[in-house]
Amino acid sequence: MTPYQKWISFYTMLRKDVVRMTRIWPQTFLPSVVTSALYFLIFGAFLGSKIGEVHGVPYVMFVVPGLVMLAVVTNAYMNTSFTMFMSKFFARNIDEILVSPTPAWVIVAGYVAGGLVRGIAIGSLVLVVSLFFTNLIVSHALVIVLFLVLTSLVFSLAGFVNGVYAKSIDGINIVPTFVLTPLVYLGGVFYSAQSLPGLWGSLTRFDPVFYIINGFRYGFLGVSDVPIMVSVGVLVALAVLFTAISIYLIKVGLGLRQ
Amino acid sequence: MASMPAPALEISGLEKTYAGGTRALNGVSLTIQKGDFFALLGPNGAGKTTLIGIIVGLVNKTGGTVTIFGTDARNEPEKTRAHIGLVPQNVNLDFFGKVIDIVVNQGGYYGIPRSIATSRAEEILKGLGLFEKRFDAVRTLSGGMQRRVMIARALIHDPQFLVLDEPTAGVDVELRRSMWDYLTGLTKRGVTILLTTHYLEEAEQLAKRVAIINKGEIVVNGTMEEVLALHDDSSAGNGGYRGSKLEEVFIKLTQDKP
Repeated sequence: MTPYQKWISFYTMLRKDVVRMTRIWPQTFLPSVVTSALYFLIFGAFLGSKIGEVHGVPYVMFVVPGLVMLAVVTNAYMNTSFTMFMSKFFARNIDEILVSPTPAWVIVAGYVAGGLVRGIAIGSLVLVVSLFFTNLIVSHALVIVLFLVLTSLVFSLAGFVNGVYAKSIDGINIVPTFVLTPLVYLGGVFYSAQSLPGLWGSLTRFDPVFYIINGFRYGFLGVSDVPIMVSVGVLVALAVLFTAISIYLIKVGLGLRQ
Repeated sequence: MASMPAPALEISGLEKTYAGGTRALNGVSLTIQKGDFFALLGPNGAGKTTLIGIIVGLVNKTGGTVTIFGTDARNEPEKTRAHIGLVPQNVNLDFFGKVIDIVVNQGGYYGIPRSIATSRAEEILKGLGLFEKRFDAVRTLSGGMQRRVMIARALIHDPQFLVLDEPTAGVDVELRRSMWDYLTGLTKRGVTILLTTHYLEEAEQLAKRVAIINKGEIVVNGTMEEVLALHDDSSAGNGGYRGSKLEEVFIKLTQDKP
């Protein structure tokens, strides 16, 4: 295939997924927006005034970056894990792509781009919703964009790996429920690691989501529990790792080719 | 003196043992010349679908070689896949997709720009009597129509080698005959066809060459006349029933010997 033909194949996969996710927007976009609005309501109007300030800003403003990341992480992950699993397990229409000359890396890029788009779209929507509850400080706009894109990419790739490996519908639900959600909640969505006692503060640093949330928060508030370059490094390392695994899985056909 | 064109398909010593230890193919060798209408026949579980899966790249072989138009399918899978169109045994369509989108998207995976793929898809759908249904969701179509959608999907990139795995299973007689006419028309345009079917009269009418596979081994391979010549006119079928000549030969070659 020529580079232009590869681009068409990639665009076809992305277009198909974007059409799908917009067609079923009450399932793909609405839930995160509603859930986030509830979080903002609870932590802004109800609890925020009692908690006071964190890092010198109102509590609701402090939790906005974390809640945006919560939505981005889960949506990017679920998008690719679900579409990959459905296309290989139910209709088996993944074969449409596997029999085509589309190279493995383009297949990965096509699937992952769908998750990337959904992650960025959801993140942007939740940010817009947050404006109804608090004013946002933007300290480093480029950092915000960088973390939104990199986080969507990493978790879209992770979801792709999960979707390829999963042998049942439980296989794509277990990781988000029992791994992703605890990692996000314990990664500092609702608190600063500085406020955690010794051991817990140390354990949090083994959670990759901690670095992601802190990096994203740095873009807004200009403060972070860890150096920003460490956060970027963790995201880039995870992106490289999951990209390599994804391409390998498609090349050998694990779970896809008999 | 002009050199002989490379065969459409050349298989040598092909072996496949599944992870559970089941040996599906045991040293299969087969050659299909360019422009042939070739029927691959065999009882259930003989290895037909495994063989097709290896040819199109959906099944990983454990031994042997597969060459498509002179190119090794293992060394240059993207190049060989570009030549092949697959109509699988089981319906593997995106049931929520529209007919036209499914066919056009398939063109995209082969690097065909959307505008070209759309006009080509409309032409193919007209030929298969599906033009009026092009904006219908696949799930609303009858089984026979869904099978025709799979044929349209396999033809969108104008393949030189069309692989049909029981394309007429469950299709009524009238529709089956119209599909035969369509397929015969393709061979007149130089398309090589590999057909598996349980309708032996279908194979007898359409194919110029035939191979019968049983328990992972080719038991006969030749022109239709050569295979029919194996028929023993004195033999009587089960319970006095006499099937077509090909049916009698098929039963003789595939039945378990006491």
